[in-house]
Amino acid sequence: MASPIISVKGLNKTYRTGFTALKDVNLDIERGEIFALLGPNGAGKTTLISIICGIVNPSEGTITADGFDVVRQPRHARSRIGLVPQELTTDAFETVWNTTSFSRGLFGKSPNPAHIEKTLKSLSLWDKKDSQLRTLSGGMKRRVMIAKALSHEPEILFLDEPTAGVDVELRRDMWDVVRGLRESGVTIILTTHYIEEAEQMADRVGVISKGQLILVEEKTELMHKLGKKELSLQMAEPLAALPAGLEAYALDLSSDGATLTYTYDTQQERTGITALMTALQKAGVRFRDLQTKQSSLEEIFVSLVHQGDRR
Amino acid sequence: MSAGINGHAIAAIYKFEMNRTFRTIWQSIAAPVLTTTLYLIVFGAGLGGRISPFHGVPYGAFIVPGLIMLSVLTQSVANASFGIYFPKFSGTIYEILSAPVGALEIVIAYVGAAASKSLILASVSLATAFLLVPLRVDHPILMLMFLTLTAFSFSLFGFIIGIWADGFEKLQIIPLLVVTPLTFLGGTFFPISVLPAAWKAVALFNPVVYLISGFRWSFFSQGDVNIGVSLAATLGFLSVCLLIVWRIFQTGWRLKN
Repeated sequence: MASPIISVKGLNKTYRTGFTALKDVNLDIERGEIFALLGPNGAGKTTLISIICGIVNPSEGTITADGFDVVRQPRHARSRIGLVPQELTTDAFETVWNTTSFSRGLFGKSPNPAHIEKTLKSLSLWDKKDSQLRTLSGGMKRRVMIAKALSHEPEILFLDEPTAGVDVELRRDMWDVVRGLRESGVTIILTTHYIEEAEQMADRVGVISKGQLILVEEKTELMHKLGKKELSLQMAEPLAALPAGLEAYALDLSSDGATLTYTYDTQQERTGITALMTALQKAGVRFRDLQTKQSSLEEIFVSLVHQGDRR
Repeated sequence: MSAGINGHAIAAIYKFEMNRTFRTIWQSIAAPVLTTTLYLIVFGAGLGGRISPFHGVPYGAFIVPGLIMLSVLTQSVANASFGIYFPKFSGTIYEILSAPVGALEIVIAYVGAAASKSLILASVSLATAFLLVPLRVDHPILMLMFLTLTAFSFSLFGFIIGIWADGFEKLQIIPLLVVTPLTFLGGTFFPISVLPAAWKAVALFNPVVYLISGFRWSFFSQGDVNIGVSLAATLGFLSVCLLIVWRIFQTGWRLKN
């Protein structure tokens, strides 16, 4: 198996104030994947990214990017990384073209107008190339931040809340851009509050809470493993109460008595659906329709974070 | 990019900083040149005729090296401090910190740009002075050397202030409350030999005296202190600034958490 493109081992970060932002974080990012880092505000997502990118000093631990130690061999490590930070920090009076070209030079690449043009066109910024950044909308500025990060052709791209404050249409455009980048071989690590974003794009998901990485899993596997399924039965006639003989099942009757919901685990050997159906028939309960629903990544995430809080 | 110096990064930052200067040319170049010219007109061409020459040098010409130094010192500090402070203020410093750029490249680019602006200012001011007062330059190479050394030293000093400052007020404190008074009292408008003995002794603790004296010596072959001492003092100041900057980047002080 190929070595991970990013490897984080035993990473701890305690600020001078005494606040511990990261506790013993261990994480490998595989080449060419899209990795989504989920976590509530203040969980340590941005600190983790900032340390890998060299903006914040680690207190303890080692990090390598493409085999290069980010502290001991920063030039080699950083030249492979592009960063789109959470905050929209731009040089207001610079033009889109100049600021993007500046970023390419800063990362040690010789001028390449053809690449800058391609990047700006791929982000629908070409017609704004001579505009000053202060004249652009928030969404456009976000695109410029991505263009700056891509200007030096990084192998690894960090997107810290890339679609925060971006409208739905632009968000979907950006997802297409990110997918295109992955297809061209770029490894992408994104943090997001939009679970839909992770669900749509990520190959793997990491959940961070209170500075600890509480889970790293394939997204589909995670949803499969932790996903609860619900069977909803629409009653032919509303029930006043749960009929006798059904107490053994995890059933929930809606307040209007019209829907009976059965929650089950797909990972268990027996889901209990056949037995439930038999029990319903015996109890004389008739239903006119049924449907099943899989838990979303959002529900899984909330459940994981709450479990972490209880620990 | 090679593992050595990141020349493209130096060029990118330098170009960015110079673009900023030319974008604000009235504020960056025209205003300081106008101030120096006004000093020359009022104190040189105007009042200068009523003041006796110092060691055979007409007063109008005598103040030129001091005025150019005043402009170079204040503008070097202001340009370099703003150049590095503003990315910290706006947050764009993230890009510099996450780029494969070492302390040396950052300093060369920011300090180089600030010093370049000061040298442009000095050249324009000098050309203006030649038009307004009878001026001679006895040691042009030494004059250029002093000018360049001072521009780089004070740009480096400004760079340190820019890193230290955590607000616009702090950015202004050192240039306004320290550099400008030291320059005015450092022999810009008078030789320190005219001071009473006690004040002359105090004046020798003012580092700017050595800069102005050395620079004036390159014009008229005469100064308040020995040219060798002036040169040593300037190089000493440069060394101290280099040491502080090196330590700042080693520790990440005021740059990284």
